[in-house]
Amino acid sequence: MDPSAFFTGTAVHLVAGKGGVGRTTLTAALGIAAARVGLEVLLVEIEGRGGLAAGFGHRALGYEETVLAERIRGRSLRAEDCLVEYLGGHGLGLLTRPMVDSGLVEVITRGTPGIKDILLLGKIRQLEQARCADVILVDTPASGHALSFLRSPQGLLDAIDNGPVNDQAVAALHLLQDAARCQVLLVTTPEETPVSETIETAYRLEDEIGLHLGPVLVNGVLARTPHRDTDTGHSNPDDPDPDDPDAEGRWVRELGIDRDLAHAVQQAAVFGRRRRDAQRRQVLRLTEQLPLPRLEVAHRPDGIDDLGALAEELLGGLRAW
Amino acid sequence: MVNERSGRAALAELVTSRSVLVCVGSGGVGKTSMAAALALEAARRGRRTIVVTIDPARRLADALGLERLGGEPLPITELIAASSGLRSGSSPTGSLHALMLDAKATFDDLVTRHATDRAQAERILANRFYHSISTTLSGTQEYMAAEKLGELHTSGRFDLIVVDTPPTRQALDFLDAPGQLARFLDHPAYRLMTGSGSAVSRVAGAAGKRLLRAAARLVGSVALDDAVEFFRAFEGLEAGFLTRALAVRDLLVSAQTGFVVVTSARPEPIAEAGYFLDRLAAQDIPVDAIVANRMTPRFTRLTAAELRRIAAAQDAGGDQVLRTGLAELIELTAAAEAEERALAPLHTGRAIPFQQGPFQQGPFQQVPFQQVPFQQVPLLDHDVHDLGGLEQLRQSAFDD
Ligand SMILES: Nc1ncnc2c1ncn2[C@@H]1O[C@H](COP(=O)(O)OP(=O)(O)O)[C@@H](O)[C@H]1O
Ligand SMILES: Nc1ncnc2c1ncn2[C@@H]1O[C@H](COP(=O)(O)OP(=O)(O)O)[C@@H](O)[C@H]1O
Ligand SMILES: [Mg+2]
Ligand SMILES: [Mg+2]
Repeated sequence: MDPSAFFTGTAVHLVAGKGGVGRTTLTAALGIAAARVGLEVLLVEIEGRGGLAAGFGHRALGYEETVLAERIRGRSLRAEDCLVEYLGGHGLGLLTRPMVDSGLVEVITRGTPGIKDILLLGKIRQLEQARCADVILVDTPASGHALSFLRSPQGLLDAIDNGPVNDQAVAALHLLQDAARCQVLLVTTPEETPVSETIETAYRLEDEIGLHLGPVLVNGVLARTPHRDTDTGHSNPDDPDPDDPDAEGRWVRELGIDRDLAHAVQQAAVFGRRRRDAQRRQVLRLTEQLPLPRLEVAHRPDGIDDLGALAEELLGGLRAW
Repeated sequence: MVNERSGRAALAELVTSRSVLVCVGSGGVGKTSMAAALALEAARRGRRTIVVTIDPARRLADALGLERLGGEPLPITELIAASSGLRSGSSPTGSLHALMLDAKATFDDLVTRHATDRAQAERILANRFYHSISTTLSGTQEYMAAEKLGELHTSGRFDLIVVDTPPTRQALDFLDAPGQLARFLDHPAYRLMTGSGSAVSRVAGAAGKRLLRAAARLVGSVALDDAVEFFRAFEGLEAGFLTRALAVRDLLVSAQTGFVVVTSARPEPIAEAGYFLDRLAAQDIPVDAIVANRMTPRFTRLTAAELRRIAAAQDAGGDQVLRTGLAELIELTAAAEAEERALAPLHTGRAIPFQQGPFQQGPFQQVPFQQVPFQQVPLLDHDVHDLGGLEQLRQSAFDD
């Protein structure tokens, strides 16, 4: 697939997943990937801790846009800012100050369920409508929270049956349900719990909200060892056999390898093989239970120091897809 | 100060002597797994223990190998006994329960229990505004966590409550619950809605009405009516909520409660750990232990560089199996070395420079890390998703 077509196929990409799976990292890497194929990118962080900006060497994002790199801008959305802006734009401008000062704004955003989410989604929709970028990538809250976040328009429609907030909820729902405008990219690691959560979240997003799901990003996949076909899940006959107590001795006797080193090699081989096998089983389970395309991102044993390399890997994955 | 022994000893002291242990840290580091492992150890040492997760995710059930967990304490002593010899430990009195906070059920229960009469309870439970705040309102989760914690503590059923928190900075919001509740109840807008506070609100009457009308235009009059009705129906219950929240806060800041910061050996989670240390220090709460989880095991004393030289010297036609194994050993050793570097600030107590990791959030480390007992827990060769795996995690943390 042409990466550019992937990115422009929908305006808004909501990147979601369990905490710690690499959502923020991949949101940033996707942004770089899109910029590299010539697209204008807006990265959006929600009620953020500033993680997105730091990947570009910036401290924290504010409500106003910040230029993070060539063709990449970022901003952080907070519900309070969205509300003040919204009031100003809806003929309540004069009352904005007293409403803020009296604390009514705070009580409303804190006390009216889902209104925060609606304000945030409303802002995202406005950014989309204003065509402020070719691609809008949103680092959404961690998965349990993502569900309630994305479900809020539906919830508010039930609770609030008129007024501008109702209009907002309707509009937000239209955005969420339109595959040409919005899709969710679920991020997971190839581990038991994240995979289970991803499968459950995927079905619920589709069933309960009618969201369109893009490819699942499987992050932190251990590189294949040479001489080993990890894809089939079958061990290569060349693999060190964890039950073969002989290999170690053979290396010492026949190859003159230091005894401690031979032992370490054997232990490392068994350890690595178990972790890889466990990962493969989870990827298989994901494939069987969730019929969505996958994009795999390799584990970086030394940590992430180059988002550009991740971006290239994603682009490669998209082209091969 | 920083050594394994002090870490192990500190963890052992915590599970044997405290009444509450709270695990905090960023996502994916193993908070939930560690909370379960700490609880398991306490039970083995003879304490009546419960592990409580306030994360709406299913992870705790998964780590314990359970299909599901609910808002009521689920006894799992027997299950554990079968897989880890709980009963054959030093004391036969230990037990383990698990619970996943059900914020809505907890709230309903509180309303039912503390309402002056059935009618008041029913009015509240039927209110749409109440229904929404009790199910979806962010913040409700934290209040109810505090309520549940207080309830479990005062019930006297448990010697130790281990609390697993969600992977967000709001994880510690329940420390602020009483303050926020007090501020909220004292809020002019709240008094505006309930019509309480008499004199002041009567003076502010006209302006207040205008504001309420504006709010109604925003959220719709029906919703505002629901909200006002809810607050009126709720009147009289606030005091109890506040008293209980304050009691829980006192418990959390007291020496009965221990805080364990869990991290992995990467710059970002370590920076996050710094945030939690600062946040707790701001409330005069000391952190009792830092656990660096998922440490890549070291199989050799050789460095990755030395191993690479050895690998290069192996002749190309040599033993295929050996070469594969060496490649694996090199990768693991390099990862362990990167983790050592990431952990350096814990040992030196120095602030982590901003540029160190791509997602670094700036230097938070005002609290000297090196004074906090520190324990490493190795990355296991499997995920923690059943009792066998959990037992292995427990052993790595507690047994020499
Ligand atoms: N492919 C990868 N290889 C190695 N480390 C990774 C990878 N992806 C993410 N990480 C690291 O994992 C941690 C969590 O990533 P982050 O993007 O902050 O997760 P989330 O936003 O989902 O909580 C960070 O320390 C990050 O550098
Ligand atoms: N020491 C360990 N070795 C291997 N895997 C671990 C270890 N500790 C935790 N895990 C795994 O790491 C993942 C995250 O653990 P979890 O306890 O859910 O973290 P958190 O609650 O901080 O998000 C899970 O898949 C779990 O199985
Ligand atoms: Mg993140
Ligand atoms: Mg957890």
